[in-house]
Amino acid sequence: MAQAVSQNDHGHHDHGHHDPQELKMLGFWIFLITDVVLFGTLFATYVVLHNNTAGGPSAHEVFEMPGVIAETFILLTSSFTSGLAVLAMNKGNVKQLIAWLIVTFILGAAFIGLEVQEFVHLVHEGFNFGTSAFSTSFFTLVGTHGLHVSMGLGWMILLIIQLSRRGINDVTRGKVNVISLYWHFLDAVWIFLLSVVYLMGVM
Amino acid sequence: MSKKPGSRLMKWVVLIVTVLSLALTVWALFAGTGNYFVLNPKGPIAEGQRDLIVISTILTAIVIVPTTIIAFIIVWRYRDKPGRKAKYDPDFSHNNLLETIWWGIPIVVIFILAVVTVRYTYALEPSVALKSEKEPVTIQVVSLDWKWVFFNPEENIATVNSVTIPEDTPIRFELTSDAPMNSFWVPQLAGQIYTMSGMAMTLYMQADHPGTYFGSGANFSGEHFADMRFDVNAVSDADYRAWVDKVKSESKPMTMETYQSLAIPGTADKQSFSSFPDNLFQQLVTKYLPGGLADNSNRATHTTPQTEINEKESEQGQSDMGTDTKSNNEHDGLGTDTQEGSNN
Amino acid sequence: MLENIKEFASEFFVTGDPLIYGADVSIALVTIAIVAGLTYFKKWKWLWRNWLTTVDHKKIGIMYILAAIIMMFRGGVDALMMRTQLAIPNFEFLHPEHYNQVFTTHGVVMILFMAMPFMFGLFNVVVPLQIGARDVAFPFLNSLSFWLFFLGAMLFNLSFVIGGSPDAGWLSYPPLSELQFNPGPGQNFYIWGIQISGIGSLATGINFLVTIIKMRAPGMTMMKMPMFTWSVFATCVIIIFAFPILTVTLALLFLDRFGGGHFFTLDGGGNPMMYINLIWMWGHPEVYIVILPAFGIFSEIVSVFSRKKLFGYTSMVFAMMIIAFVSFFTWAHHFFTMGSGADVNAFFAISTMLIAIPTGVKIFNWLFTMYRGRIRFDLPMLWTVAFIPAFIVGGMTGVLLAVAPADFQYHNSYFLIAHFHQVLIGGVVFGYFAGMYYWWPKMFGFKLNETLGRWSFWFWNIGFYVCFMPQYLLGLMGMTRRVSTFDWDTGWGPLNVVSTVGAYLMGIAFVFQAIQIAYSFKYREKDTTGDIWDAHTLEWTIPSPAPEYNFAITPVVDSRDPLWVEKQRRAAGKLPKKDAKPKYEPIHMPSNSGIPIVFSTFFFIAGFGFTFHWVWMAVLGLAGVLACMVVRSMNDDEGFYIPAEEVEKTEASLRGTL
Repeated sequence: MAQAVSQNDHGHHDHGHHDPQELKMLGFWIFLITDVVLFGTLFATYVVLHNNTAGGPSAHEVFEMPGVIAETFILLTSSFTSGLAVLAMNKGNVKQLIAWLIVTFILGAAFIGLEVQEFVHLVHEGFNFGTSAFSTSFFTLVGTHGLHVSMGLGWMILLIIQLSRRGINDVTRGKVNVISLYWHFLDAVWIFLLSVVYLMGVM
Repeated sequence: MSKKPGSRLMKWVVLIVTVLSLALTVWALFAGTGNYFVLNPKGPIAEGQRDLIVISTILTAIVIVPTTIIAFIIVWRYRDKPGRKAKYDPDFSHNNLLETIWWGIPIVVIFILAVVTVRYTYALEPSVALKSEKEPVTIQVVSLDWKWVFFNPEENIATVNSVTIPEDTPIRFELTSDAPMNSFWVPQLAGQIYTMSGMAMTLYMQADHPGTYFGSGANFSGEHFADMRFDVNAVSDADYRAWVDKVKSESKPMTMETYQSLAIPGTADKQSFSSFPDNLFQQLVTKYLPGGLADNSNRATHTTPQTEINEKESEQGQSDMGTDTKSNNEHDGLGTDTQEGSNN
Repeated sequence: MLENIKEFASEFFVTGDPLIYGADVSIALVTIAIVAGLTYFKKWKWLWRNWLTTVDHKKIGIMYILAAIIMMFRGGVDALMMRTQLAIPNFEFLHPEHYNQVFTTHGVVMILFMAMPFMFGLFNVVVPLQIGARDVAFPFLNSLSFWLFFLGAMLFNLSFVIGGSPDAGWLSYPPLSELQFNPGPGQNFYIWGIQISGIGSLATGINFLVTIIKMRAPGMTMMKMPMFTWSVFATCVIIIFAFPILTVTLALLFLDRFGGGHFFTLDGGGNPMMYINLIWMWGHPEVYIVILPAFGIFSEIVSVFSRKKLFGYTSMVFAMMIIAFVSFFTWAHHFFTMGSGADVNAFFAISTMLIAIPTGVKIFNWLFTMYRGRIRFDLPMLWTVAFIPAFIVGGMTGVLLAVAPADFQYHNSYFLIAHFHQVLIGGVVFGYFAGMYYWWPKMFGFKLNETLGRWSFWFWNIGFYVCFMPQYLLGLMGMTRRVSTFDWDTGWGPLNVVSTVGAYLMGIAFVFQAIQIAYSFKYREKDTTGDIWDAHTLEWTIPSPAPEYNFAITPVVDSRDPLWVEKQRRAAGKLPKKDAKPKYEPIHMPSNSGIPIVFSTFFFIAGFGFTFHWVWMAVLGLAGVLACMVVRSMNDDEGFYIPAEEVEKTEASLRGTL
């Protein structure tokens, strides 16, 4: 019967074959939507709780902007270099692609390093996870972003290994596109973090 | 449809089970001594809510009853049977007029219901004072594990699991919790409101007739939640005065220590106290703020709970004693939200 | 040393209740029997190859449904225990502490580990077949979703014998669920069991969304999709917006309990109301997640068994999408009594009532699908017809509950309990049963026994009304939910007896279903047509059960009811009697993978470690999870091809045209 249904086949359809990279890209976009909702929930929590300092320090007492601004520039630059990596890939230049990915990785690692340093500093100042609802929601929100970046770093290492082994093919091309998208997304989240948490905190 | 084996037995069993169940239900309806509290209101707020329940039931029934009848007719008329004469029209799958009708009718009904609902929502808002010539009487309520404590600040008396109010007088209940969240419900006088730590809620109600009204905690709060019942005694003004004087002269005072031991998880009998610590309710509402009762600096005043009061702990309740109150004290209690229900 | 072990064991294992010892023994015996049976019949390899590592959506669907039925048994036993305890005033069958655990696990199990997997099972079995696809978009991820669900559910159920069950209600409101009032491991089991399976649900949402958007057969535009597929689409949209909120909410509660955080604590500036808002921002859409697929199932069945096209297709689609959208703006109706003020309450009352409009439209469309039809009362249709009055009453009381000021009287009472059981059983469970009976032949190649099915049907339906109708009255009498017992003086006794009798009738009905399934397996009659119900959609164009590659030749669609249209054309002589011999091509298949089950097991280990604060174990589990991800990322297995000759042979033998 299926054959009969398909009698007026339009002919252009390659037997049940869907481009797996196309599926993955759409799937990843939808995943990013869920991640937006995830961060949105954390932001909402932070906004509700950020004044509940419970006698502990408040935002403008603990945030130190120079470090945060440095983090911002480093992350923005890494987003740019990840874009350069994609351009290199589109030109078919594996070496350049890997080089830009390594630069992106180093910048991302530097970002994480600065963030860890900031957290350690805060804890030494007596502002730790359990100090108040404000501190708990702050560490959770910023920490979740940091965790996302760290996951991205691990993923990038795997990708660099795969690229050096297999070069650019359909599969690795898809993966580079996806990680680049992910990286830009984390960049955008950071901009919101910077505005909502840090800038509105010190103002 | 082919004849199914055993279908006659099935018919009989189904019939018998149905009849027996119906008979049981009819028996239960008449044997039960339960009072339909929600439908027998004894105060203005509960009356408004009863009226609204009736109105909304009628409005929805306007749609529901005909729909149900149509459903039965259609299912009966178009069932597949040899020789069926009812019309068969397999391509009848779209009709603008019909579809407009059944988008339209629910929209109209819901619109009317929405208007009614909004009006009543503002009219019955629990924190809005009732209109009355009399000054409202304020009663402060604290839900504990697993008992209710009532403070009457005007008379400086306190009761447990029972509260006495003058009839025909608006009562302004101020409610909080010194335990997991609960809900204060006296169905014949007014719908419920949550009691939550760190904030005071307001609920107005009034009893139009003297009587003892059923009250209970409605929001699950742990092991002996089922025992969180209380009575609301509405009495005439003269009886109210006599009752206050009796409590004043015959009961023991509630000290901070007495309260601390009441707060230990467990069930309790009805009790009354001739006085209670000043501002205790406000202290409980601000308990978790810096400098509040749960704060370190205040701890010295109430670390030795007395257990000699006439509280009858159930055995299970006893086993939980101590752990909870201890953890209360160990936390560096700090601030929490104190606005009334500022969740949105 | 021995003393230490004894002390550890007495805290680690749940002790002191004969019911639990009985359960322990039976669990141990069943486990031994399964292991021994598999070993004796040398079935381990078969199990691993054909089921545990499969990425075939049809098999995954069957495993989901099997798990759901087992979980329905567990949740049902919980329900009967509760109803027994409440049958008589002041009854001492269950201690209050135990009762609280039972109602908590009943709620969690029924919603998250029964309704959800049942639904995912039907998604898996039906959607790819209905849209003419080879499989879902991401078969590996699909398998991972299943195993995450399954091991999450197992972790939750483990609390029954180890550590103690959660007892703070199915949504675990703080502060009751916080460390301060609930220090035991039960609440951690709750968090991790749901968290792990929730991640699986989220992945399923993404998977089916991509599948439906990208993998429909040529010619099947969105407005030609079968209604069940539309309902899955709507559900997946809700899932991807709602489930991340659940993930975050549970994580925050975990951070409070594990890391000393102050999100929802009383002290430290925490705000328990935040949790209540967040959990319902997931929880309300969640009930639409489970009901929409049931609507889709009814739409399919009502048109097939009335021998008619579905009435008002476009209205149905719009109604469903409106419900999906509005479902995100009604959450506060679960706590009108939290003092949010009249403005907020009025808004959420109206938004809730709005849902009634599209739902009502759907009812009318189903009724008019039957109008001028020829209604056959096979089992799927019986359940569909039973659904309509149940849902009309449940929907009506839902509107009543939405009336905010009146809700101050209904809230937390048995009126509410009666309402949501009426919609969840009358809507969701009836719907999934209808779907199970309808697609069972497609899954297994034979119909479930009709007679036993009818016995079960009648007991379910009588029991359903006998159980829940009295509960509306009990609510109006002031009986609140979750009370473990009540006094004689309340007068609630007789109606509670009736309700308990109803619950047991439903228990009998479930037993009939179990017998029905066993009996039908034993005396099955193979369906050779592939189209046993004379149906309308693509899944019935292929043999039952479907071959592993689904469609030998991808179908091309030009109407909403492709198979029906084709049968009409054939009857009118517009199509040739015998099909021309089709030209087969090799079919690409994904390889099986053991990673999903290993990955999920590591997640289970991590969850168990966190539950007991054994950090080493949690770290070990998470390290295993990461290792699985690395292995998967480095893996370049691209699947295999089934040669055209083999496809031809399989088709010939399945269609009996050799």
